[in-house]
Amino acid sequence: MSNLLDLLLAGLATGAIYAIVAVGFTLLWQTSQTINFAQGEFVMLPAFMMLGFMTMGAPLLLAFAGTCVVAVVVLGWGFKRGLADPLLRFGMMPIVVATLGLSIAIRNGMRAGISAQAYPFPSLFTDRLFSVAGATVSWADVGTLLCALALVLGTQAFLSRTVTGRAMQAVAQNTESATVLGIDVPRMVFYTFAINAVLACAAALLVTPVYLAKFDMGESLGMKAFFAAIIGGFNNSRGALLGGLIVGVAENLAAAYVSAAYKDAVALVLFMLVILFKPQGLLGKKEERKV
Amino acid sequence: MMKRLPLVGLAVALAVLLGVPPLLKSYGVYLFSYWLVFVIATMGLNLTVGYAGQKSLGHAAFFGIGAYTVAILMKAGFSFWLGLPVAMLGCFVIGLALGFPALRVQSIYLAFATLGFNVAVWLVMRNEEWLTGGTFGINNIARPKLFGVSLDGALAYYYFVLAVTMVLGALLWGLVRSPWGKAFKALRDNPIRAESLGVDVQAYTLLAFAIGAVYAGVAGALFASLVQFIEPAPFAVGTSFMMYLMVVVGGPGYFFGPVLGAAVGVLLPEWLRFAQAWYLFVFGIAVVLLMLWLPDGLLSIPDRLRARRQARAASALRAARASAASESPT
Repeated sequence: MSNLLDLLLAGLATGAIYAIVAVGFTLLWQTSQTINFAQGEFVMLPAFMMLGFMTMGAPLLLAFAGTCVVAVVVLGWGFKRGLADPLLRFGMMPIVVATLGLSIAIRNGMRAGISAQAYPFPSLFTDRLFSVAGATVSWADVGTLLCALALVLGTQAFLSRTVTGRAMQAVAQNTESATVLGIDVPRMVFYTFAINAVLACAAALLVTPVYLAKFDMGESLGMKAFFAAIIGGFNNSRGALLGGLIVGVAENLAAAYVSAAYKDAVALVLFMLVILFKPQGLLGKKEERKV
Repeated sequence: MMKRLPLVGLAVALAVLLGVPPLLKSYGVYLFSYWLVFVIATMGLNLTVGYAGQKSLGHAAFFGIGAYTVAILMKAGFSFWLGLPVAMLGCFVIGLALGFPALRVQSIYLAFATLGFNVAVWLVMRNEEWLTGGTFGINNIARPKLFGVSLDGALAYYYFVLAVTMVLGALLWGLVRSPWGKAFKALRDNPIRAESLGVDVQAYTLLAFAIGAVYAGVAGALFASLVQFIEPAPFAVGTSFMMYLMVVVGGPGYFFGPVLGAAVGVLLPEWLRFAQAWYLFVFGIAVVLLMLWLPDGLLSIPDRLRARRQARAASALRAARASAASESPT
């Protein structure tokens, strides 16, 4: 029983990180129909940048802040202007292909140009354990879960409570009406790219102590985030949170009770079930086909 | 003259494919065979992606299923000639089974479903040691005999792969020109219109996907006998991405796109093995730039030049007419 609680908590912590990446992913999809196959690399790059800042002597949080600024410029603005804006006119596939190419380029550029090794990364939290109701629980899991939840819920609150956030939602729902209503659409779209970049940095901060900083660390993370996003509902960022948590917990339980070797297949099984029975995702709304 | 050009090109290409390998060392012959194996696999993917417009990101899984089917059956003492049809049938059936749920929901879902399928297949290859040998793989896979002639030699096997490529290429050529193939293209260009004209969208997309999978299975079977040692790594998701990019780079929907795409995607990096990571970096960047400037692939260059020439000719004609009209008083 105590074991179960520990597994659940660790699963929630991992799942919350998937959720952060998945939220960024659904935001890009909603406002601009961008599907970013380099999402995992968008987490890997900030991890290395933080390490870079720290070798120059910056403390962890300062390195994080600096990385966020650079990420908003490069992974937010640069990505939008350089790739998304010119390609989205041609539909969805060119951007999918281009981000696939981008992910191959980033990953191999990192391997060839910087290093193929895995680097340890300092954790925000202590690695001590404490016991609650007879169960041993790690501070790192609790801390990661709380941070990630705060981030995702904070993003939600920003989207639903502030004027800017509501304008962004309006753009996501109907770009043309939003333009007519005087919303600065390109600016709102840029905001989602910026938020995506910051969320990626935060995910890097939380996940790298576990995964270690390595050129291919983004590969499985990016894929889990896609699956989480679809399971929860592609057109709903609350769904991304739910999907992330479900995937994280299911994976951890399956690894403990079914087969550790097939842990990575859990997300796929859930995904197949969801598209068989509820293709729009658990919380998603059905999208009518446009002729 | 313009009509003859493709025929002449084809004859030259055939002469090169037949005549050059005997002059190469065995590694060169191996590379040519390796390239042709990928040409077969990406031909299948081109049918799925380029002609039928389905986004499949799990082609390497079928490639792997073909390779492992043949390797396991040959290890169990059966002939390659039993393994090959079993691999083809297996890929076809699995393609149908995977495509059915994924194609119920359009567009990007198939991409994710195939992607996940690829991960699952890779996990099976890695974990089920009793069947696949796990990470140790399966080694000493024999090469087949054809009509009593041994294909053990690098050159003999190369000609065998070349012959298979030609046959499969001819079949595909026939397929895309048949009413079936036209239905595929109609689906890609406008699924709703195709549906209203009586094309059974689901059946056709499913079929295009499954036939593409069969091509990958054949390629996998040939691959197993070519490299004679298989392990899970070449069938991971990364290979599926590369195959997809090969189709896109060559030009999706162009019959010879895969020939060019596979050359850029596997022939060059094998050649430049010493710089592989940098090669992949450059390849990735090149894909991005290609999407920005030439979204229809390398083989769209002639079409594009022709379109530009026609546009220029048309505007010159318009200008001439306009000036003629202004000169003659009415």
